[in-house]
Amino acid sequence: MDLEKLHREESGRVLATLIRLLGDFDLAEEMLQEAYAAALQQWPSQGAPANPRAWLISTARHKAIDRLRRNRRFESRRDEIARSADLAVQPESDSSDEMFPDDRLRLIFTCCHPSLATEAQVALTLHTVCGLTTEEISRAFLASVATMAQRLVRAKRKIREAGIPYIVPAKEDLPERIDAVLLAVYLIFNEGYFASSGDALVRRELCAEAIRLGRVLCELLPREPEARALLALMLLHDSRRDARATADGEIVLLEEQDRSLWHRDQIEEGTRLLKSAMRSGAAGVYALQAAIAALHANAKTSAETDWPQIAALYDALLRSHPSPVIEVNRAVAIAMGRSLEEGLALLDELEKRQELREFHLLPAARADVLRRLGRKSEAAEACRRAFSLATNDVERRFLRRRISELTNSTQSPS
Amino acid sequence: MQYLLIIYSNEADFANIPDQQKAAIYQEFNKVREELGAKFVGGNQLQPTATATVVRVREGKRLVTDGPFAETKEQLGGYVLVDAKDLDEAIAIAARLPIARFSSIEVRPLMVQAQAAQR
Repeated sequence: MDLEKLHREESGRVLATLIRLLGDFDLAEEMLQEAYAAALQQWPSQGAPANPRAWLISTARHKAIDRLRRNRRFESRRDEIARSADLAVQPESDSSDEMFPDDRLRLIFTCCHPSLATEAQVALTLHTVCGLTTEEISRAFLASVATMAQRLVRAKRKIREAGIPYIVPAKEDLPERIDAVLLAVYLIFNEGYFASSGDALVRRELCAEAIRLGRVLCELLPREPEARALLALMLLHDSRRDARATADGEIVLLEEQDRSLWHRDQIEEGTRLLKSAMRSGAAGVYALQAAIAALHANAKTSAETDWPQIAALYDALLRSHPSPVIEVNRAVAIAMGRSLEEGLALLDELEKRQELREFHLLPAARADVLRRLGRKSEAAEACRRAFSLATNDVERRFLRRRISELTNSTQSPS
Repeated sequence: MQYLLIIYSNEADFANIPDQQKAAIYQEFNKVREELGAKFVGGNQLQPTATATVVRVREGKRLVTDGPFAETKEQLGGYVLVDAKDLDEAIAIAARLPIARFSSIEVRPLMVQAQAAQR
């Protein structure tokens, strides 16, 4: 039994149920940690249980009762938890997985409660639902670890002190509550897709998790087109997962990917969902990004990519969601679709932006355009800058290779 | 849990509402209050900030000045104290108040003795 794997895959689900049973985020997290410690001790000699999830929940619950027994102030709480014995997971019901989507929905809607600041919502969802560490979350948001830790502490405190209920909102409240949840799911997917930590290029569990959450949201809100659009976007991106890296785990850029490795079924499903969403009126941030992803996914070769249409979609995206990162993407689309020089000029302008100073993909994009223009030493310079900013090991290795390719073939300084 | 609904609105704008409409607002408020029953613990509209006085005691000295506490675009105009099972219910109650259409209502839980000791 690989406990670390179990931890990654099951923690969110187990926590969701524990929070419901114990009525407190911190208590649930602490007791889960103690349950894992017990598992580490007992499973090697006694063998792993047939249902590890149920075992963890049951163990954590008992530890909570013990803990609260020692703390007499919480007598009524302890009795409550003890009485919830009949709510504990039974091995049979657990296999149907019916219980967990509800608990996980409770968890995600609570994490995304409008009473919490947006950044707190997203951080809390990433931390509690997906099990990301404070370090991983702070990298995703270009914030300091201390800031992020404080954000999480305050969010959990607010849930407790303001009395935010652990429920799925009533039907009539759902539409307004869904936007924050979609954003959280989107950011979770991004974290998995771009994997800011460690060597793995794609944290597939996160992407699969986000997609799974996306499907549940679509089921729950059949008349919410943006939920469909978000799922389409994630499916389309995820369809490339087996082509994005070599067997050794090195990056393969989009234009070099073996398109026969793309998952056609996902592309078809994503494209279908997108069309359905757009027919229902979706024209928001997810729909536009999904449309761009669909153009890439449905191009038979990279040369057949409809770059002008992609650039136009980025224009539309920028009108409703101005963002310097999206401007970088647009500049690349213009470089590929209109002219490299035009794209480069846009990227040069973006280099002046304060907000993009730490964004490694900007110098990386500049480097690529410069390389295509044959300006190799400038491209190498930009690659070095990107390298100094990049935190992902795989990206750094790619950039190092690029730098040596560019410098080895430089005939004369340019 | 008890929550204080703190009502902020632009008192000039509110004063300008025609009498008939104001009367309808008060009537609606009374109806909601009745429907809330025991959940409605207390509440009142306040007189305008022009009637306010600020009192401070510093180093044993009593300082009394013309109010309000702060000059703001929206002023504290009233309060409602409710007993709700959780934040969502308190929010729902706040949204039911007719005044919610003309104001911003801050919903804050009351400090409980045990909590106060911990802080």
